[in-house]
Amino acid sequence: MIIFCLSLNVLYAQDAGRKVPTASIKTLTGEVFSTENFSNDGKPMIIDFWATWCKPCIEELNAIHEEYVDWKEETGVKLITVSIDDARTMTRVAPFINGKGWEYENYLDPNGDFKRAMNVNMPPHTFVINGKGEIVWQHVGFTEGSQEELIEAVRNVLKEEKAASEKAN
Amino acid sequence: MKRTFTQAVLFILISTITPAVVAQNTSPIHGNFQLDAQYYFKDSLIGAPEVPQKLLSNGFANFEYVKGDFSAGLRYESYLDPILGYDSRYQGSGIPYRYLKYNNGDLEVTAGSFYEQFGSGIILRAYEERGLGYDNAIDGFRVKYIPVRGVTVKGLIGRQRSFFSTAEGLVRAADLEWNINESCDSMAGNKTQWILGGSFVSKYQKDQDPVFNLPENVGAGAGRISMNSGGWFANAEYAYKINDPSGGNGYIYKDGQALLLNFGYTKKGFGALFGAKRIDNMGFRSDRDTTGTNLMINYLPALTKNHTYSLAALYPYATQPNGEVGLQGELFFNFKSGSTLGGKYGTDLSVNYSRAQAIEKTLIDTVGNPDAIDLGYTSGFLKFGKEVYFEDFNIEINKKLSKKLRMHLLYMYLHYNKSVVEGRSSEPTVYAHIGVLELGYKLNSKNNLRTEIHHLYTKHDKQSWAVLLLEYSLAPHWFIAGFDQYNYGNNDVDQRIHYITGTVGYTRKTNRITLGYGRQRAGIFCVGGVCRTVPASNGFLMSITSSF
Repeated sequence: MIIFCLSLNVLYAQDAGRKVPTASIKTLTGEVFSTENFSNDGKPMIIDFWATWCKPCIEELNAIHEEYVDWKEETGVKLITVSIDDARTMTRVAPFINGKGWEYENYLDPNGDFKRAMNVNMPPHTFVINGKGEIVWQHVGFTEGSQEELIEAVRNVLKEEKAASEKAN
Repeated sequence: MKRTFTQAVLFILISTITPAVVAQNTSPIHGNFQLDAQYYFKDSLIGAPEVPQKLLSNGFANFEYVKGDFSAGLRYESYLDPILGYDSRYQGSGIPYRYLKYNNGDLEVTAGSFYEQFGSGIILRAYEERGLGYDNAIDGFRVKYIPVRGVTVKGLIGRQRSFFSTAEGLVRAADLEWNINESCDSMAGNKTQWILGGSFVSKYQKDQDPVFNLPENVGAGAGRISMNSGGWFANAEYAYKINDPSGGNGYIYKDGQALLLNFGYTKKGFGALFGAKRIDNMGFRSDRDTTGTNLMINYLPALTKNHTYSLAALYPYATQPNGEVGLQGELFFNFKSGSTLGGKYGTDLSVNYSRAQAIEKTLIDTVGNPDAIDLGYTSGFLKFGKEVYFEDFNIEINKKLSKKLRMHLLYMYLHYNKSVVEGRSSEPTVYAHIGVLELGYKLNSKNNLRTEIHHLYTKHDKQSWAVLLLEYSLAPHWFIAGFDQYNYGNNDVDQRIHYITGTVGYTRKTNRITLGYGRQRAGIFCVGGVCRTVPASNGFLMSITSSF
């Protein structure tokens, strides 16, 4: 029974402050980049795993694109895309992103090292990261309208951080 | 030996996790799992055989423990028994993937299982594609080291995974990548960036053949270069492999070569991409006698678009390792809102063309000369063969029509050489025209309707198809979808079959459960917001995934 309770602890403590794991990914120009260097000056970030062959991923990034300017203004959030396209479609990623007019910060994970470290089963998989670089919320899949839940999770991060700083003062 | 290692990983995991769990509320262990279970009905019409077990399932769970610079992980997999479409050698359960890793930023050491890719993978790529049942992870040691800023060196030794065991052949490999701008201060601010790389892979497999004198050590080397300047980019990789007689190439002693080229230009709102490749006798495996998808050391990417609409993906292309030349060109446009072509909400347009065909081969006649080494054929590097393997021309338009309605259009022309691509003789070559219309309608912020209508017109193979998909989603948790793929044009009237599937799914954060019933064709299947690869079937399918 103790083991059962411990395993429940493990399962239900899922969103309680796990740091973004360190993995080696690439920028769109092919430079090696370590995920520990993700930064938004202490403001929240969204990490979105996607691929050029994944329709719901593109729908999600399109839907966010329509509201991204407002999101940034309201919460200061930054969206980081991580493409899991492999060598076959990897070279399409940069022109594809520009062809959509997206204004995110973009990376490549062609052999799935970061995908594995983040326990992503299938795309799209979205994470909300708080100002301390901790994973506080995640969601798999996209249906039109789900972006509201995502920005709500970002707003909650800001609320909690505000409450914590007021408490500290 | 293997069991001892797994036990050691388990012991470390359990002994370190327990106190950590008690000490704090943050879980030190993370992972994910997926379980697919399928209940089968015999369907002689689509050739689905009777499954004696009735119910088959595939499942896996990853567990990873991270503390500081140290991490340990394992994956438990079970195939009870493997779902149809998966290799029957997966039968059973076990822990085929487990590792211990130390990473302090400049140095990373892995003992156990790992995945790896050098350059674009044309001489080494160990990776997994769980949905396809593909996993060629290497079991052994790997070291990655950054000796100076901008330089990454990797070295590895191990044996590749083969289902629940490892291959007989041994793989030894090293790679060096040099980012010139990062390591030379004088280049740091330069607008033009250069990255160079080189790799070497050697495999060893004992020659036990009573007839042939086979090379036991086979080496392959590759060099690559990549340049970025402003919006311009170009990269190239060339690989050479010494003679490697194998079941895949008909045991010829010819060497192998591969060349990949990509260049293009991109700026906000526009992208242009051109690619070319030449592959000649580049199949490279841990076991020379293996065929199919098992134990490949390298990865030869297809230079074609990866379509997701089911009829556009009906005839997908795969690289021919024994020889092909390929070309691809693609243009992307984003017409801004307010412009003539953009309309009120803007328009995305992409045009793509790709083609793969044979390399020129002049066969070497060794009949009457039994002592001659069989090199198989000669081939001029820039000479193309006549036979076309694949050709795809497509245009896609994505447009938001109003606040509530969005539209996606695809037209595609396809030329598919079924005999070559599927490796079966006397199959027809398919010439097809495909059209897709997708409409999404927002009822309100949470309720959405989506429909897809596809049509594939061809006189070949199974002739024409039509598809209708209807989907209703209630964000962010629920969706329900119905999908009918109808082979209405089949010359054989009895084969004019409706492949009807109904799916309902529920998602909460990273937990997702879907239930489906119906006939399903093999391929990439996207519904309810997620894409996955599924085998052909008739019956009930339940899928549960979770990350924690």
